[in-house]
Amino acid sequence: MSVVAQWFNRRGWRDLIIGLPYLWLVAFFLLPFLIVIAMSVATRTPTAPPFGYGGDNPAINLEGYRRLLSDTLYLRAFVTSLMNAGTATLLCLLLGYPMALGLTRVSKGWRNILLMLVILPFWTSFLLRVYAWMGLMGRNSWFNQLLTDGWNWLVPTAWAVNSVPMMHTNFAVVLVMVYTYLPFMILPLYANLERLDPQLDEAAMDLGSRPSRVFLDVTLPQSIPGIIAGGLLVFIPAAGELVIPTLVGNSASPMIGRVISDEFAQARDWPMASAVAVALLMLMVLPTMAYSHYQSKAEHREDDTP
Amino acid sequence: MTGEPGPFIRIEGVSKRFGTFEAVKDVNLTIDKGEIFALLGGSGCGKTTLLRMLAGFEEPSAGRIFIDGQDMAGTPPWDRAVHMMFQSYALFPHMSVERNIAYGLKHERLTTAQRRDRVREMLDLVQLTQFAERKPHQISGGQRQRVALARALARQPKLLLLDEPLAALDKKLREHTQFELMSIQQRTGVTFIVVTHDQEEAMTLADRIAVMDRGTVRQVGSAGEIYEYPNSRFVAGFIGTVSTFPGRVVRLTGDLAEIDIPAMNGTFAARAVPGLTEGRNVTVALRPEKVQISKICPDAVNVFEGQVKDLAYFGKDSLYRVTLPAGDLILAHAVNARRGSDSDRTADWDDKVWLSFEPASAILLTD
Repeated sequence: MSVVAQWFNRRGWRDLIIGLPYLWLVAFFLLPFLIVIAMSVATRTPTAPPFGYGGDNPAINLEGYRRLLSDTLYLRAFVTSLMNAGTATLLCLLLGYPMALGLTRVSKGWRNILLMLVILPFWTSFLLRVYAWMGLMGRNSWFNQLLTDGWNWLVPTAWAVNSVPMMHTNFAVVLVMVYTYLPFMILPLYANLERLDPQLDEAAMDLGSRPSRVFLDVTLPQSIPGIIAGGLLVFIPAAGELVIPTLVGNSASPMIGRVISDEFAQARDWPMASAVAVALLMLMVLPTMAYSHYQSKAEHREDDTP
Repeated sequence: MTGEPGPFIRIEGVSKRFGTFEAVKDVNLTIDKGEIFALLGGSGCGKTTLLRMLAGFEEPSAGRIFIDGQDMAGTPPWDRAVHMMFQSYALFPHMSVERNIAYGLKHERLTTAQRRDRVREMLDLVQLTQFAERKPHQISGGQRQRVALARALARQPKLLLLDEPLAALDKKLREHTQFELMSIQQRTGVTFIVVTHDQEEAMTLADRIAVMDRGTVRQVGSAGEIYEYPNSRFVAGFIGTVSTFPGRVVRLTGDLAEIDIPAMNGTFAARAVPGLTEGRNVTVALRPEKVQISKICPDAVNVFEGQVKDLAYFGKDSLYRVTLPAGDLILAHAVNARRGSDSDRTADWDDKVWLSFEPASAILLTD
């Protein structure tokens, strides 16, 4: 008994506390993911649940993965997803970087107000905000009419349009994704930029650099970790996004989230849906892992310099 | 470039306001080429603001700054041949020591070989050649300071500004670095302006010192001038230690003034200063080392009595705090020139002692 108590006092608490996050990950990520992997190699059956192993079918059925590579529907969905998510991430970066930089340059009082404004949209339901965009982009909205009038005023009469086709396009998907995910870009960037020493900018100016040069030489290289963090936080959920493309997107070129959802719910092809989900995860996780591996190796190398 | 008549740096009536706060008030200074000039003052005295105006980070609200005969108004920091060594060093953390030093050189028309040679030369000057590849976080504080110095000197500035150059170093390193800075200044011939709150640092480093207080320059002079001939109670009290007593001029004879000092219970002779009139109230300031202390009445001009309240023994010397008849305290410094036990010392606690000072040693302040 006392041996157990002794062990517990010596390392038990520490191990328990370190172990908790791992337990969480095992229970809520690793196990479900293993189930999905297992499902992805099952065979579709007309039973409930609609998949099975063995019997008339092979124990391990790679049909889903084969179709993933051969059926252009899936490949196109992946490409659409990556293009939309990539465009949205890039636009978020272009919009969010100046905003984050601006946040670090205003007075403390303004900073708090502006930071509050950045996260304020989260206080309204996400769906409500998407529906608001649908209203704005619709043919008869004042917003669309304003754009239409602007367009008609700019171009010759032959090109005039009745309304700007925005709804059910990839443009709409990217627009709403940029709007939704912008705070996820701004906040990590702000956290990164805020830590930078403003005196470094002065030092660079003092040594002959104009402000634009200072940005390229001093601010930008030091904000790369923030850019990567913000980029991942936008890109990963955007690539798997289901709600936005379903509501405002083009159903003829679905994104991968939509495909997974349809395979599960409409087609009731759970193995196929699982295969797509596993492929999506790999697509997201592998570059991230490669990056952090490279990053830790680079840091290691630096600290080892004699 | 050289041989130009007139001072190298001219600061004419410069003021700087931040909102309603006036950080620098009507400062006039001239600084010669190749000089080490110190701006000395407590925090908030305006010394750093003045430095930032020289670097171009702040524009003066009034007045003009000339560097090498050129009016600097409207010239941004990146177009000034003035470089600054920041208090925090402000080294670029993502660049190696070598690239930090080379940073300013990319704005100069140099061939790759010339640039490399200049960096080599700078690394050599600050003895950091073997650390060229390291990042700033991989070297010590003293080495970082030298990288900052090399980076600022690499573009061969006309003027180098040093913001509290030794503040971040520990005591031992400070003394060493101080002499190194002076030797580098001599070798490069660059004019240095040093901002510091540390009087010792200013006195050993600088050829001339400007003592600043609440935005104004109170006195400019060599270390000796400022220490021995302060022009105000502020400067006398700020540099070194001083005991001050109110007095009144009783009589003026030649260059001697007879001063009635109630605290010392008598009249005393002191070297007169310009502007004295009979009957005028003055402040008499005495440096501790200028006050002699002994247990027997000395044969001297200005002698008065006191009682030892406190003494501090430092080994090489002792500091006495002596109570005067009227209750005021005076500090007296005695060098322990002769070896002896505690019972042999000049005076002990509660001893009646005689104090004296030379007429020339008393500082008369009229402000």
